[in-house]
Order: sequence, then C-alpha cells, then structure tokens
Amino acid sequence: MNKSIWQNGIKIGLIGGVSAVLLALIGMVEAFSQRDIISNVISMGHTLLLLVAVFMGYLAAKRTTRTEPLWILVNSLISGLIVGGLVALLVIVGSLINLRKVFIYAMPILYELLTFKQGTQIGIFLLLGAGALSGTLAGLFFLSPQIIRRVLIASLGSIVVAGVLQDLLRPTFSRWGPLAIINEWLFTSNGLTVYGAIALFILIAAIIYFWARKGGAVRTGLHRLPPAGQRALKVTSLLLLFFILFALPQILGLFLSEVLTIVGLYVLLGLGLNIVVGYAGLLDLGYVAFFAIGAYTMAVLTSPELGFFSLSFWGALPVAIFMGVISGVILGVPVLKMRGDYLAIATLGFGEIIRILVLSDFLRPWLGGAQGIGKIPKAHIGGIEFGTPQSIYYLILAGCFLVAFISVRLRDSRLGRAWMAVREDEDVAQALGVNLVATKLLAFATGAAFSALSGAIFASKLSSVYPHSFNVMISINVICLIIVGGMGSIPGVIVGSIALVGLPELLREFAEYRLLVYGAALVAMMLLKPEGLWPSEIRRRELHGEVSAGSEPESSASNESSRS
Amino acid sequence: MAILTADKTTKRFGGLVAVDDLDLEIQENSIHSVIGPNGAGKTTFFNCVTGFYRPEVGEIRFNSHSLVGLLPDQIVRLGIARTYQNIRLFPNLTAMENILVGLHSHLKSGFFGIVLELPATRNEEKMATEEARRLLRFVNLAGKGDFLAKNLPYGDQRRLEIGRALAARPKLLLLDEPTAGMNPRETQEMMDFIQHLRDELSITILLIEHQMRVVMGISETVTVLDYGKKIAEGTPVEIQKNPKVIEAYLGRGSAAEMHRA
Repeated sequence: MNKSIWQNGIKIGLIGGVSAVLLALIGMVEAFSQRDIISNVISMGHTLLLLVAVFMGYLAAKRTTRTEPLWILVNSLISGLIVGGLVALLVIVGSLINLRKVFIYAMPILYELLTFKQGTQIGIFLLLGAGALSGTLAGLFFLSPQIIRRVLIASLGSIVVAGVLQDLLRPTFSRWGPLAIINEWLFTSNGLTVYGAIALFILIAAIIYFWARKGGAVRTGLHRLPPAGQRALKVTSLLLLFFILFALPQILGLFLSEVLTIVGLYVLLGLGLNIVVGYAGLLDLGYVAFFAIGAYTMAVLTSPELGFFSLSFWGALPVAIFMGVISGVILGVPVLKMRGDYLAIATLGFGEIIRILVLSDFLRPWLGGAQGIGKIPKAHIGGIEFGTPQSIYYLILAGCFLVAFISVRLRDSRLGRAWMAVREDEDVAQALGVNLVATKLLAFATGAAFSALSGAIFASKLSSVYPHSFNVMISINVICLIIVGGMGSIPGVIVGSIALVGLPELLREFAEYRLLVYGAALVAMMLLKPEGLWPSEIRRRELHGEVSAGSEPESSASNESSRS
Repeated sequence: MAILTADKTTKRFGGLVAVDDLDLEIQENSIHSVIGPNGAGKTTFFNCVTGFYRPEVGEIRFNSHSLVGLLPDQIVRLGIARTYQNIRLFPNLTAMENILVGLHSHLKSGFFGIVLELPATRNEEKMATEEARRLLRFVNLAGKGDFLAKNLPYGDQRRLEIGRALAARPKLLLLDEPTAGMNPRETQEMMDFIQHLRDELSITILLIEHQMRVVMGISETVTVLDYGKKIAEGTPVEIQKNPKVIEAYLGRGSAAEMHRA
C-alpha cells in the first residue's frame, strides 16, 4: 500500500523526464546553451532542464496524498530522480546507438552538454544526482512558508530573467553614463557574473522580504490618505508612467525601439480584437484582413509607384480607417446569425479571401500583386518626418493612447454592456432591447477600424506592403496575445503583446521554437492562470471562483463605491 | 380592458403542435395564471408573445399593437418583459450590470456620445446607475450589486431576474415559474411581492406556475392548457372543481386530490 503514495511522484517524474528528453532531442537544450545565465556557471540550456526537474518536484510535492514532510520530500526526490534518470537513459542509449538518423539534433555536442562534459559514466551519476537534488529542493520549497517562497521565486527569477534578457539590459545600461558601470559589474559578454548574480539575489530578496513584511502597512497607509492625497498619488504615478513611455526610445536605443514599434502595432491590433472577441464574444479568426485593408489603402492612396493618388499620410489615414469600418460591416452582415465555431471558420475564410485578393494577378494593376506596393511615404508633421523607429514609436504610442481611451469609454457604457450581454446570452439580450444586428456590426466595425489604423501605420513604417505579410499567423498571434494577456482587459493586451511579440524578438534562440513556445505558453496559461496575466476584474472573479463574495455582504457595500 | 389578446394562436414545430388554436385575453392590471402539465405549451406561448417564436397562425395583440412578426427588441419597447423558467441571468456580469442591461431600451447613448464623453451621456449613465440601485433595493438585493450573478444564491438570482425585467419598465410582466425550487416561506414572499408589483406599480402579471397555492392564492383568472389547447378558464375556485383539469393533472379518479390545494 505504500506504493500508492509514490505513484504520483513516479508518474510526474516520468512526464517530466519525457519532456526533458524531448526538449533535448528537438535541439532546444543545445540552442539555449549558447547563452549563459551565469557566465561559465550555468547556461540557459541547463537552466531549462533544471526548471523541468524543479517544476516536476514541486508538482509531485503538491500532489502527495500524505501530509507529513518526509513523504512529501521523498516524493519530490523520486520525481526529480526519474527526470534525471530518463535523461541519463537518453545519454546511455545515445552512446550505444546513433540516434541522429531519426533525431537530427542528437549530436555528440548534446551528450557533452548533458553529461556536463564528464563523459558517459560520470555523467549518468551527475544527472541522477542533479535530478534528485532539484526534486528535493523543490519539495523543500513547497514546504517553506509563504514569505520564503515569494523571496526565492523573486530573487531566483530575477537572475534567470536578467540572464535571459541580457541583450536588452546591456545596451540599455551602456547608454546611460552612470548605469554603464552596472554593466561591467553585472554582465560579461555572455551571462551574469557570479558576483553580479549573488548581488542581484540579495538585493531582490531584501526588497521582496521587506515588501512582504511592511508592504501591507504601506498599502493601508495609502488607503487612509484623504481623497485629495489619493488623487495626487494617482496623478503622479500616471505622470511617471507617461514620462517613462515617452522617454523609452531614448533609453533603449535603435534596435529596441524597433522592437517596441512592433509590440505597439500588435497592441493596437490586440485592443481592436479585444472588443470583438473580449467584449462581444464574436470569435474572429480572420482579423488580419482589416490589417491588410488598412495597409493597402494607405499604400494605394499615397504611393507614387501606382500613381493613382498622391495623398499624404494624414490624408490617407482617415480613409484607411473608414475602409476598415466598411469591411467590418461587410464581414459582419453575412455572419450575423452564426455562432461559435461556425463564426470562427467564416471569419477565417474572410481573412484568407483578402490575402488572396491582394496577392492575385487579377488585381495586380490596382494592388500590386505578388510584388506588393513600394515607395510609401512616411508621415510628416511640419518639418518632422516620422522615419526612424524612434519617431514611428511616438506615432504608434499616440495611436495606442487613442485606441485605449476609446476602449475604456466603450467598456463602461451602454454599448459595452450590450456587447457583454450579447456575449453571455444573446437571446436574452435581445429580449431586453439590444438590437443584435446593430450591436454586432458595431463590434466588427470598431475592431476593424483599430486594425486598419494599425495596418496604415505599418505600411508607412515599412514603406512597402507585400501580400505575404498578411497571413493567418497574424490573426493567430493576436488571439494568443489577448488570451495570454487577459481577454477583455486593456493592460492585459499590453502585457500579452510584450510577452508574445516582444520577447521572441529579443530572444533569437526562441525563433525556431516560437510555435512550440506559444503552444506551451497557452497550455500553461490555461492550466495555471486561465484568466490571463493581467486579467480584467470580471474575468479574474469568474475563473477564480469568488467564494468570499458570496459570504461577505458587509464588505460588498464598500466595493460598490470603490469600483470605477 | 384587455391588455393582451391572443386570437387563434398556433405554433407548430414540424408535426408537433405546441400551441393549438389558443384564444386568450389578459385584463389590464390583473394577475392571470397559465397552468397545465409539463409540455402543455405554456412557455412556448410566452415565447410567441415575446417574439422569440413566430406563430404560424393567428394573432397576438398588445394594446392593439400586433406582435406577430416583431423582433424581441421591438416588443420589449412596447412594454412587455419576462423572466425564464431556468433562470437566464448574464452569469459573468454583476447584479448591477444585469440590471443596467435591463435598462438598455430606455437609454439612448450611442457610439459617438460615449466616445466623446458628451454631457448627455454622462448624465444618462448617472441616472441609470441610480435607477439600477433603486431596483436592487426594490428586489431586496441592496448591497449585492457587485456580486457576479452566477455566485448569487438561488432565491437572489430569481429576484435579480425579476429586477432586470422590471428595469425594462414593462406594463406587462411574464413570469415563468417564479417560485420553482422555493420553500413555503420563500413562496409566500414571492406571492406577496407579485401582488405588490400589481398593486403599487400597476403592472399586469401573466404567470406560469405549478404550485397550486400560488395559483389559487393570487390569481384572478386561471387558464389551463393541455397539449397546446385551452381546456378550461375561469376563477381559481371554478378551475379547482373542473373535472377536465383534474383529469389532465392527475389522471382519472383523483378528484379528491384537488380539494387539498
């Protein structure tokens, strides 16, 4: 009967082990090993394997059916051991058979990495040991009090994050005289220094520890401020935020500003789709169509290559948005009665129709065909040309503010409520006076307008448009980022965009495994935090079952006044 | 004065005749119950009144407006609102938001008013919020405005649904089994509440009910349906003694049962 206690540990260990072996065989471990987290101590590749063992150890600890610490620790040790064991098995098999015929990444260098360059015999023991140790540590972590856990996650996490994002941090620090010193101290050309890592660990640990202890007091102190004081605080933090946003291109330099512009374009797209899918619940998988329409309208109206029109950027922009609105309505009318999966497929079709149309030879005289349209002029205000990534960033930032403002206003309004009612139960919504046709068309049109805005800016930024850029992956990217960020939530869209669009740009190693990471991220999000990284208030309550809300009628009275 | 008349209303689903040649007259300011065994066509009739179904044959008039062929959002603007047999609140919206959606037909703010933050829109929102609070108090849900509808206890959900229907400012309120699943005390409260609606707000009530004490206790007129046809109509006392009604509910030879209700 003791066996049943180990069952979970064994099962979880096996899953972890198989995952680790898989990650090794597809080449992810090796690709990640190029980058060191802590220089010459541990690479990103080894960190990945370590994380698998630790995570499995934690899960095993969590799922242990007995509560005595000893059983929990043994369980997590077992799962870690098995993870290490399966990787060791890979090494053994690899030393006997040439796996390269099937798994092209099963190269000698992989085994070298896996055995820590100690050869097969010693490597096996190292792996088993490392696995067991990681598992046990995870078990200890599970048993530690809340405050220790938070401290550890924050400080270890910041080391990993700093190592992963070193290409972002190093150039940023080096641009600012005083901060450049941190660079020498914290980073080498590849990874953190040992002292840097330790210092970072201590710093973050101290901050989190003090925040955990005193943070509550600070927060209640803030709440006790008079309304004037609270307002002043809100205003100052907003001003600070604005200041940072405006200063960002100067802080981050050319390459990162470029990354920011791409993130910004996706934020625009995300906010638009947020209205269609997040508020109104209309699953639109062909969202790239409006992006294309906005871009091509801008191209056709401003490019001398086609020569039909020669409007300026600002002249063409309203037309592009208007074309977006019209196409939103054109898509909306035939799909009014469709729901769920049928709506998704139909909208997917619309996206493809637009892509094929702009690619076609038939429309080449007007839309440029497979060669696309080039020589699109940049935007001008007075004498300033929006040509560099930094200047385009400001253009996009303005667009984001506008779109975010409109989204917020719409959400807390009669129309926003109508959209949400349609999402929840459209028959009842109709029975309460909601005009389904108008409401749905407004959702499609508004979403399309935002998308077209993004497309128009995109066309100007790239100075050219090619049909191949407007494929279904863009639609899928946008859907993923609003799911991961938090559907229906405006900060969520921004977080999702940074996570799913910004990070891959920064982490070139990810590039080949982008889809795998997307898929894994989505699955992980659905399991751990289905409401998204920064969910809207409603969604968080919806998915984390507000049991307290049903049993504390006294507190709800104050909730009513604090909701904005 | 008849506020709602149904004239030879028939609703078919293929070969199944759910509502069969129904003539019905609801007097203004009355409480009128429709009863009958399950499957008798009561909810289908409600759906025809609210525009969710369109009857194949016949006419339904509300204060001399023809309802047949109108969409549900047009019908609610004429002054008819309803609740549902298995509560259909908007589960992931708060109680407050549910009621605000109920007010939708009486608010006017459009896209541009909202985006441009016109004063008319702001005032309307303020007024709507106040009215929604008032309605919450009216249905005894004061202070629960921020609870998600799906997290409310059953009795509160029923009352919220009525509150949402009242937000539409109806002259005729269709209640579909409002006391389903309630214990005797809650049922009595609901009965008092329904009468209060009629007495204070002059709302005509059309009620589908299975609990006989509710039907007998508060209705002025009772219509009995069976297999889509009207088999009896009259005051509660008359219905109680009607042999056809007894047979439909309880089978032959159960006349004694009805006297206990």
